[in-house]
Amino acid sequence: MTEAFFPEDHSNGSVDSASSADPAVDISDVMQKMAEHKGCGTEGGSGKASCGSSGGPEDMPAEIWEKVKNHPCYSEEAHHHYARMHVAVAPACNIQCNYCNRKYDCANESRPGVVSERLTPEQASKKVLAVASTIPQMTVLGIAGPGDPLANPGKTFETFRLISEVAPDIKLCLSTNGLALPDWVDEIAKYKVDHVTITINMIDPEVGQHIYPWIFWENKRLQGYEAAKILTERQLLGLEMLTERGILAKINSVMIPGINDKHLVEVNKAVKSRGAFLHNIMPLISAPEHGTVFGLNGQRGPTAQELKALQDECEGDMNMMRHCRQCRADAVGLLGEDRSAEFTTDKIMAMEVEYDAEGRKAYQQAVESERQAKVEAKKGQLDGLEAAGDMKLLVAVATKGHGVINEHFGHAKEFQIYELSQTGAKFVGHRRVDLYCQGGYGEEDALETVIKAINDCHAVFVAKIGGCPKADLTEAGIEPVDQYAHEFIEQSALVWFKDYLVKVAAGEIVHTDRGDAAIRQGALIQQAG
Amino acid sequence: MAYKIVGSQCTNCTACEALCPNEAISEAKGTFVIDPAKCTECIGHFDTPQCVAICPVDETCVIDSAYPRYEA
Repeated sequence: MTEAFFPEDHSNGSVDSASSADPAVDISDVMQKMAEHKGCGTEGGSGKASCGSSGGPEDMPAEIWEKVKNHPCYSEEAHHHYARMHVAVAPACNIQCNYCNRKYDCANESRPGVVSERLTPEQASKKVLAVASTIPQMTVLGIAGPGDPLANPGKTFETFRLISEVAPDIKLCLSTNGLALPDWVDEIAKYKVDHVTITINMIDPEVGQHIYPWIFWENKRLQGYEAAKILTERQLLGLEMLTERGILAKINSVMIPGINDKHLVEVNKAVKSRGAFLHNIMPLISAPEHGTVFGLNGQRGPTAQELKALQDECEGDMNMMRHCRQCRADAVGLLGEDRSAEFTTDKIMAMEVEYDAEGRKAYQQAVESERQAKVEAKKGQLDGLEAAGDMKLLVAVATKGHGVINEHFGHAKEFQIYELSQTGAKFVGHRRVDLYCQGGYGEEDALETVIKAINDCHAVFVAKIGGCPKADLTEAGIEPVDQYAHEFIEQSALVWFKDYLVKVAAGEIVHTDRGDAAIRQGALIQQAG
Repeated sequence: MAYKIVGSQCTNCTACEALCPNEAISEAKGTFVIDPAKCTECIGHFDTPQCVAICPVDETCVIDSAYPRYEA
């Protein structure tokens, strides 16, 4: 299974072509083209593109909406309804990151770079068919590792080829560190991969050398400043090349307090100016038991408030993704759930699979109607919010998907967080509260974990809740709300918010700010049974 | 001498296999191994042994002193 891993000919001026002295493309040209393509005003480079992750069909041109409307990663709206799967066909990597240690693979961990089985392209194709038949709302197939897809180009593109033959309605995407990206952009375009994610943690090699110990470049291991310089040049060149070809690019950045947290504002500007569609700033996942450099040297991740503040700051320039669950390279299901254990190689090889394209289409049409109903319901509650003035508050929601409050408090593996303000209800993040492998909060009981995770919220919306947790939440200053069971999230939150404003105005309750909350570092695990 | 892979450290990431100029690396019993008869330590091909340069785990592709030094 030898394959041409890295292009033999890196010496062909490819490093030089990435330097700013001789840009491959004119950035202002690209920006303009991208802006026109997306139909978003760039307003001389300083204005905010009007389309993005939380947008609906009215916010963007039809052809972009078609690309993102059922992509759970590219559309926050879509992530309540549509599922994705990753196939782990790309184990090799061409760089080393301080937040990654490939040696540790635990089935109970949920973080990028971790996977339990590696698949051949043929197995991957069979798995996609099996999942598509079981989960009709699975619309997206991504290759995200566990190494770098473009460091395994033979396996990656063979997988795309096989899947586009058997399931042409499934969207293809990949996620890369960007080092090899410029060499493969044309191949990416050929296979109609129209969503590419690049992980960009820095645009300054001074910063980069603290994140990347080495890269493999032109048959050598390069370290330090030199390595980070080549990496950033290749990443930005790759992004420009994607933009030129009209391929939607999402940028992932890992927020590492004290190393690149402030710098990510600069990264945000750089990627926006090169036509990136969406920016996803994620918290560092770092614990000693992960065996990563950052985990072992005690580098902490950001708190919920720090993460949100940075996302809010960058949102002035560009739309931000806040619904990322930092999933495994073999994740299956809605974001926030992982059904990969149902689809191990042994199980899928034993499955009788029939691909029902028509059935899938019908199901997805039903999902679409459900979604429109939700949007309408929310619109109906937008009036009368002026009383909020400058007040902004957060609420947590227990949901199993479909944009509805449909999860029991005690069963929730995560809570979705909405910010309520004069302008409406906005999805701003999620907090995982599931039990975990090892470490994290140690011996603490589950309820304490939940309270820590949603400590910045004024209320928690649930389908049902027992008496004990209800009392404890109330004591912690978080109002448990169960009267909107099985109703739409945003509509219900706004009804509650207006009622809250009335009570504040009447002096029945005093509005106070909440504290910070913790971002869990542990693992997402399968619910028993 | 040839290089060898410390099996307990190998992550099976496959990166070394495709880079080896001698096709000396293959998968066996759930880990990757180097055929000492084929390994040239990359002498004459590259400045550094490719398996060592790409391996994500330090001290995993190491000199196997059981074999004499390779001579080009």
